[in-house]
Order: sequence, then structure tokens, then C-alpha cells
Amino acid sequence: MLELLRQALIIIGVLAVPFLIASGLTWGERRLLALFQDRYGPNRVGPGGVLQVAADMFKILMKEDWTPPFADRPVFVLAPAIIIIATLSSFAVLTFAPGIAVADLNIGLLFFLAMSSMAVYSVVLAGWASNNKYALLGSLRAVGQMLSYEVFMGLSLMGVVIQAGSFSLGTITRAQQHLWFCVPQVVGFVVFTIAGLAETRRIPFDLPEAESELVAGYHTEYSGLKFAMFFLGEYVGITLIAALVTALFLGGWWGPVLPPLVWFLLKTLVVIAFFILVRAALPRLRFDQLMEFGWKLMLPLSLLNLLVTGAVVLWQEGLRF
Amino acid sequence: MLSILHTIWNVFTHAFHRRVTVRYPEEKRPLPPRWRGRIVLTRDPDGAERCVACQLCSVVCPVGCIALQTTQDETGRRYPAFFRINFSRCIFCGFCEEACPTCAIQLTPDYEMAEYTRPALVYEKEDLLIDGTGKYHDYNYYRVAGLAIGGKDKGEAEHEQPPVDVRGLLP
Ligand code: SF4
Ligand code: SF4
Repeated sequence: MLELLRQALIIIGVLAVPFLIASGLTWGERRLLALFQDRYGPNRVGPGGVLQVAADMFKILMKEDWTPPFADRPVFVLAPAIIIIATLSSFAVLTFAPGIAVADLNIGLLFFLAMSSMAVYSVVLAGWASNNKYALLGSLRAVGQMLSYEVFMGLSLMGVVIQAGSFSLGTITRAQQHLWFCVPQVVGFVVFTIAGLAETRRIPFDLPEAESELVAGYHTEYSGLKFAMFFLGEYVGITLIAALVTALFLGGWWGPVLPPLVWFLLKTLVVIAFFILVRAALPRLRFDQLMEFGWKLMLPLSLLNLLVTGAVVLWQEGLRF
Repeated sequence: MLSILHTIWNVFTHAFHRRVTVRYPEEKRPLPPRWRGRIVLTRDPDGAERCVACQLCSVVCPVGCIALQTTQDETGRRYPAFFRINFSRCIFCGFCEEACPTCAIQLTPDYEMAEYTRPALVYEKEDLLIDGTGKYHDYNYYRVAGLAIGGKDKGEAEHEQPPVDVRGLLP
């Protein structure tokens, strides 16, 4: 009974915390961007502006939730739901601290990769169902970008998998007790972070919603609650990638003094802050640059990393016998 | 690649720079005295209205937001019967101030004119007229103009000689 209650609590926590972080990010990101750009950002509503989140939420819920008459209605409604489901369900396989996980699957990483591919569907369907040229262009770009970045996103993780000998995120984090994987797997770390940025469609890679060329890309036609879901989905996605970077490369819950869960949260927030810093610093890539960068630099790099890691691990095993 | 890292680092150091935002309602930027803001109608040093209702400001105004009507009092001084500026149209270009021959209409460094309704932005003469002289402290049109009004005849203005009797033979 107690075990069941504990499990239920964990599930609720895993559902609620990413949402909380994501909605907090709508304010936190603006404040951080402002900090990097010598401004203040939203600081009027409540202490330091935190209630801006509530104000924004209220505003967006009050807006008319308009489905354009030319849109493909069922798909149009379905698309924003998919992105939330796909990103949120990936949190289930994360292990936040010893014993705190919804389901530490032995194929956790594969599950995450599959789910992040599912999120592409949301963008594609949104663009397609909108029946709008800008939305379609946005989703075309999204597909091109996410498919090509997913390739080496998966490959960059394989080094970690080889070293830890498991696809389970819990086991991978446990293997980092003495040395975080960001040291031996520095290439994988960098490649995964970049791929993660592309996966969440954040600024150097925000071509699918490039507002200066495509209005708002794939969610041009969305408003009200559905738009809020896309927005939240993006922030949940950032949280997810940050949590994964933490779990895979930054030693997850390992850390002195503080309790493991706090360490995990802290590291995740630092990674998120880094993502925001990147957004503040870098301009948007051109599409051909994006593709060239992905296929000509990142893919060979991650392949090489995989090769070297495999060789070194084999060599070490050879030494043992 | 290195330049990208450099950029990121550079932007990061900005986190420790002083913020440039002026938090407006609490702190205000000092405005130069010639700042073009809310328009006032000034009075001359004697406390009389400067405006002679010549309509020049109304004519020069590019958006046509000044309306006034000319009248005269019993001493012969011209003054506007009403003087209306629609600030919801005014673009604060300052042309009216330049056109005014009597330095009556002046723009002031005040921009806090927000209202909840549009009609509230239409300022009447009572709202525009101030008690001071504005930017030009000593200027008094009727004291330098050759115009005869009640209490001041021709030739009594500053730097003015009494009129010459052109038909007279005396030197
Ligand atoms: S400032 Fe320009 S726009 Fe405004 S009343 Fe004067 S002339 Fe018209
Ligand atoms: S304010 Fe100046 S320009 Fe306008 S009517 Fe009066 S005297 Fe003429």
C-alpha cells in the first residue's frame, strides 16, 4: 500500500514538476535573456515579476481559441496534444534520484529517442492541418531538421551506452559515480547538446518557426489554448533535454552534501540556463548551413566518437583478461 | 567555431554588467529644456495672454490639430476666443512654436499625457494657458510692436520713435 502511494506520488511529481518548470521558464527565460542583454525583463507583476506566469496564463486562456475554417479540424486539434504527450512521456524513463523514477526501462534511451521522433509528427501535422503556406514551410523545415539531427543525436548517445553497458538511464547515471561522462565522452556531450538544441527548435536552430521569415512557422494558425500547448511543449522539451544531459553526461544525482534530487534539479536548471544563454548569444542559421553543419560535421564527429569509444572499451576489456 | 564560443562567453559576461534600462515610473530620465512635449500657451511678463490669434500655428500644423477663433477686446488687443489642440493627433513636431510670431505657443518637456478616453486628449484654452512666460522671459509682443492698442499709442513701443508727420514741413 505504502509502495503504491509512493509510486503514485512519484508519478504525480514527474507530471507536475516539468510543467511547473516549463511555465516558470516562460518568465525565467525572459528574465535571463534580459540579464544577458543588460535589461530587466518582466519585473512588474509580483515579486521580481514571477506572477507574470499567472498573468500570461490568464491572458492566453482568455483568448479566443480559433480554428480556421480552412483547417483540417481533427488533425489541427490533435497536433498540439501530441507534442505534450510525446515530450512528457519521456520523463517517465528518467531516474531523478536513486529509487525516484516512474519506470526505469531497460530501453529507456531508445524510448526517449522514439518519443522525440514522435514529437516531429506534432509539428508536421500542425503545419499540414493549418492549410497555410507559412505553416507548411515551417513544418517542412522542421522535418528536415529534426530527422537529420536525430541521426547523430542517437549516435552521440551510443558512446555513453557503450561505457555504461546499458540503455537504462538509471544504470547510466549510476555508472557516473566516480567520473561524469562529460569527461570521457566530451564529444558526445557537445554533439548531444547541439542536437538537443536542434530537437527543441531553439534559437540557433529555430528555423521551423523563424518569425522573421515565416510569421510563426508551423503554429502560425494557432491561438489560445492550443498555442499555449505548443509553447508549453517547447519548454517541456527544453526541460527534458536538460534533464537528459544531466542524467547522461553531468552525473545525474551524484554530488556532495545536498540530497540527490536537489542535485538533479540544480544541474537541470543550470543546463536550461545555458540553453537560454545560447539563445541570447547566437543568431539563427541558414537552412543549408544547418544541414551542412549536421551532416558534414556532427555526423562524422559522432561516428568517430562511437568508433574510438568502442575501441577503447574493447582494449580495456582485453587488458582485463 | 571558436568565434561562436567567444560570442557565448561575451554574452555571458554581460550578466554582470550594469543594466541600461531606466525603470520608468520610479526613475525618470532628465529631459533637455527644449524637449518637445505637452504644448502650453504662455503669458507675457505683464501677465497678459501672448497669443494674438494670428492663426499661423494652425496653418503650419502638419496634422491640422490646432483650432482657434480670433476676437478682439475693447482695447484693440487680439486674442483667441477659443484655442483647442487635439493631442491625439499632435505629432509634437514643434512647427507651431517656430511659426508663432509672439512666442505664445511653446512645447514643454512633459510627456505624461496618457488618458483613458480620446476626448480627454482635446485640450481647451483653459488647459493650455499657463501663468508664466515659458522659455522667453522678457518678450512682450505689444511692447515692441508698432501697433496701437488701448494704453499704448503709436510710437510708444521700445526702440520706437514717435511717428513722423509726413505732411509737415518741419525737419
Ligand atoms: S507640435 Fe506640430 S503637430 Fe503638434 S500642434 Fe504643433 S504644429 Fe501641430
Ligand atoms: S499661438 Fe502664436 S501662432 Fe498660434 S495663433 Fe497665437 S500668436 Fe498666432
